[in-house]
Amino acid sequence: MRYLPLSDADRSEMLRVIGAGSIDELFRDVPEEARLKGPVHGLPMHASEMAVERHMTALSRKNMVAGDVPFFLGCGAYRHHVPASVDHIIQRGELLTSYTPYQPEIAQGTLQMLFEFQTQVARLFGCEVANASMYDGSTAMWEAIVMSHRITRRNKTIISSGVHPHYVSVARTMAKFTEDDLRTSLPALTAGTDAEALIGAIDAETSAVVVQYPDILGRITDLTPIAEAAHAAGALLIAVVTEPVALGAIRSPGEMGADIVVGEGQSIGVGLQFGGPYVGLFACREKHVRQMPGRLAGETVDAEGKRGFVLTLSTREQHIRREKATSNICTSSVLCALAFTAHLTLLGEKGLRQLASLNHARACETAERLAAIPGIKLVNDGFFNEFTLTLPVEARPAVHAMVEKGVLGGVSLGRLYPGVDALQNGLVIAVTETATEQDIDALEASLKEVCA
Amino acid sequence: MTVNPSGWRPSAPANEQGEAATVTGNRALMLEEPLLFEIGSIGQTGVDFAAVPQGATRLGGLERSKAIGLPGLSEPEAVRHYTRLSRQNYAIDLGLFPLGSCTMKHNPRLNEKVARLPGFADVHPLQPQETVQGALQVVNELALWLLDLTGMHGVAMSPKAGAHGELCGLLCIRAALEARGDKREVVLVPESAHGTNPATAAFAGYRVENIPASAAGRVDLDALKSRLGPDVAAVMITNPNTCGLFEPDMKAISDAVHAAGAFVYCDGANFNAIVGKVRPGDLGIDAMHINLHKTFSTPHGGGGPGSGPVVLSEALSPYGPLPFAAKYPDGSYRIVEEETAGDEHPNAFGRMVAFHGQMGMFTRALAYILSHGADGLKQVAEDAVLNANYILRSLEDVLDAPFASSGPCMHEAIFSDRGFANGISTIDLAKALIDEGFHPMTMYFPLVVHGAMLIEPTETESKASLDQFIMAVRSIAERAKSGDETLKAAPVHAPRRRLDETLAARKPVLTWSESVAAQAAE
Repeated sequence: MRYLPLSDADRSEMLRVIGAGSIDELFRDVPEEARLKGPVHGLPMHASEMAVERHMTALSRKNMVAGDVPFFLGCGAYRHHVPASVDHIIQRGELLTSYTPYQPEIAQGTLQMLFEFQTQVARLFGCEVANASMYDGSTAMWEAIVMSHRITRRNKTIISSGVHPHYVSVARTMAKFTEDDLRTSLPALTAGTDAEALIGAIDAETSAVVVQYPDILGRITDLTPIAEAAHAAGALLIAVVTEPVALGAIRSPGEMGADIVVGEGQSIGVGLQFGGPYVGLFACREKHVRQMPGRLAGETVDAEGKRGFVLTLSTREQHIRREKATSNICTSSVLCALAFTAHLTLLGEKGLRQLASLNHARACETAERLAAIPGIKLVNDGFFNEFTLTLPVEARPAVHAMVEKGVLGGVSLGRLYPGVDALQNGLVIAVTETATEQDIDALEASLKEVCA
Repeated sequence: MTVNPSGWRPSAPANEQGEAATVTGNRALMLEEPLLFEIGSIGQTGVDFAAVPQGATRLGGLERSKAIGLPGLSEPEAVRHYTRLSRQNYAIDLGLFPLGSCTMKHNPRLNEKVARLPGFADVHPLQPQETVQGALQVVNELALWLLDLTGMHGVAMSPKAGAHGELCGLLCIRAALEARGDKREVVLVPESAHGTNPATAAFAGYRVENIPASAAGRVDLDALKSRLGPDVAAVMITNPNTCGLFEPDMKAISDAVHAAGAFVYCDGANFNAIVGKVRPGDLGIDAMHINLHKTFSTPHGGGGPGSGPVVLSEALSPYGPLPFAAKYPDGSYRIVEEETAGDEHPNAFGRMVAFHGQMGMFTRALAYILSHGADGLKQVAEDAVLNANYILRSLEDVLDAPFASSGPCMHEAIFSDRGFANGISTIDLAKALIDEGFHPMTMYFPLVVHGAMLIEPTETESKASLDQFIMAVRSIAERAKSGDETLKAAPVHAPRRRLDETLAARKPVLTWSESVAAQAAE
């Protein structure tokens, strides 16, 4: 077996040193009846690299590849071009095959990278501090909700109807067990968001208001009035960003008064990967840092006074505090954080703004063309690179019909909100820099056909 | 005539720092690297874009007006920045990484290659299901392997890491108890457990109570039995445990827990010791997470991503989370999520993540499993256990091995700092190992052993590699016992000397800012 260096001679010699007659003697604590006599029954035996690659390649070819077709899906995962050097960097063995930096003297590479990542995330979100990553955006949002409960000592959270339904579903699942009080509602296909309703719902029991920005339908709303209303009632504003590239074009949630900003970092550097692994972003005000979940890299000095970095404030964490920790999270998503930070470093502010402008311009052009198709209406007034259409027909079958024509033409709200009649004709279209003129032509033509 | 009259030794710290000082601070291949914020500028970029068509914007009046403060680097500068940073990291690609309970084994590059096939890497999670049949087949194939290897009934694939898997298992348990109208409030956790176990139980809304370990490093069965009662929802056991020992009473523990109406959660972090040899399903376990980033070699990446599928017993399977991939009689695969759950999986406790789990880890783990096959995986466990016992028996005369007399260990060997002189502790031995070119073992965990040193070599180390490590530990252990205080200064050859963690926590600097940097320069 190519991954196992020991030879039979090594094994015999080592057993001799150990003083055991056989390998089985080393398993003597396992009750006899629980020990398998041979390899697990009914499973294949080892295979060559070529055979495994052939099998996996065959499976991969059963999928429609986003890059092979006109592609317009978003709703929490976005297709952007990732520079080749990003993948090269994350495949450096010293970064790919290292562990959590528990020994900082020989993990400065990871630690400095995380310190830079934290700084970039904090700046992008308009916050004072950010952590070293969470699993993904959806789990980061739940962690933000329970963090707000620790800060305010209240347990009622109002979640905007514009938050990604999977994120809401994760929060509802957790709240069932923690007995947190979540107020949720369904979105309406209107140009305006539910900002006023949220403000009206805030009361003295409210711990936090959660708003997605831009929201699941691609709408953008000024968070300032919501933040002011929340703060006036002693509550926090949590903003959720599922498309961080948008923040190259629009104001950051932190600037508008959000206390905790969480997000999905997938769209910068990570790629689609059928939903994971992704990288949760988590930022907040400095005064709340001790209530934060997850790992934090911090600056310090070594015994000679040289600058260096360590994991810090770990008295919040499970390996020190056990059941009193701020979260149970241990492994986070550092390699995806590296992809994020490397891509953002390559972009820089200039590149991020260009990328955002390009996305927005493409989306504006596409929205205009699609809205001109008879029977199709554009829901949004404002949007970044994603907007919602109402079709004259149900969107879900329309999406499948477009697949028949070789077009991945958006996410139907029927997929995200099954059984909600009022949303069945809604189609969410994301347009990034990867969409060509020909792609947009193909989308327009296929939508015309399926709506005719 | 003496060959070396000055007594100069190349390894003496004074010589390293003094005579070898350079104007750049670099030392040949050891290169200092400034922060991105010190070398980049907001006008620089490493990505070229087509010209942006000018037109009206529809940003709702929320255009960014202020600078964000994100410096950029050109591509050559960026590649050099991260390459230089990478060289300040230890990694399994460089050498033995014997962190106990972390299973730092070789990461095969075939796995990286298959994960990057466009059919897996460039597929959106919300694509229509007829366009992702191959991806769903990967999830399903891996799920079937995990079921066969564990002898369990069901598997939840979506948890994102080990601790997330623990949460999944406990929520299944809680849902099962609530379904029978049974409100239980307590989860029992051995004091040797990973910190995630009690943290997860608390996160799932339970009160945590510790159960003590026996002198032999196992769960104290009598103490456990006497604590079981109608308020106990679950017992979380790690097996093999964090002392590197198999719990021989596992079946008796499971029987007692079940008799009391509770469930057995097994922390599967140490599954590498028994994969292909022992099936947790045969031991009465109700739920166990599997760290794909440990046993099945998906890369740790400096702290994740992980992946923590949870295998479930027949009693818990109905409560497993959404979504999951299912195979239908017509040979097609579908995602069971909220829409069809009412018909197909009505008791699901809910959803743990957006989308379907760590697909990029599933492809890697499946390639790893197919490469080994049933025979290779059995060999993995045997070689992992053989390597650990070889270390145990090769060091037990120089380091105190508290449980060595009770028999062989499993995949990791544990030692204490007993006998170290002059206030030298585990950390000093660990830091001295850095100078010898090794990553240290897990230190001060589990808490039940004083100054614990937990060594997990894994099966991907050669005998020569183990022998070199053993030689280094033996030498340092002798120095520790003789009270050699120079150990307290180690490491001296690493990119940094010991770092001031107290300062970092007392005055946290978590992001870079111009003003803090200016103050530091004064």
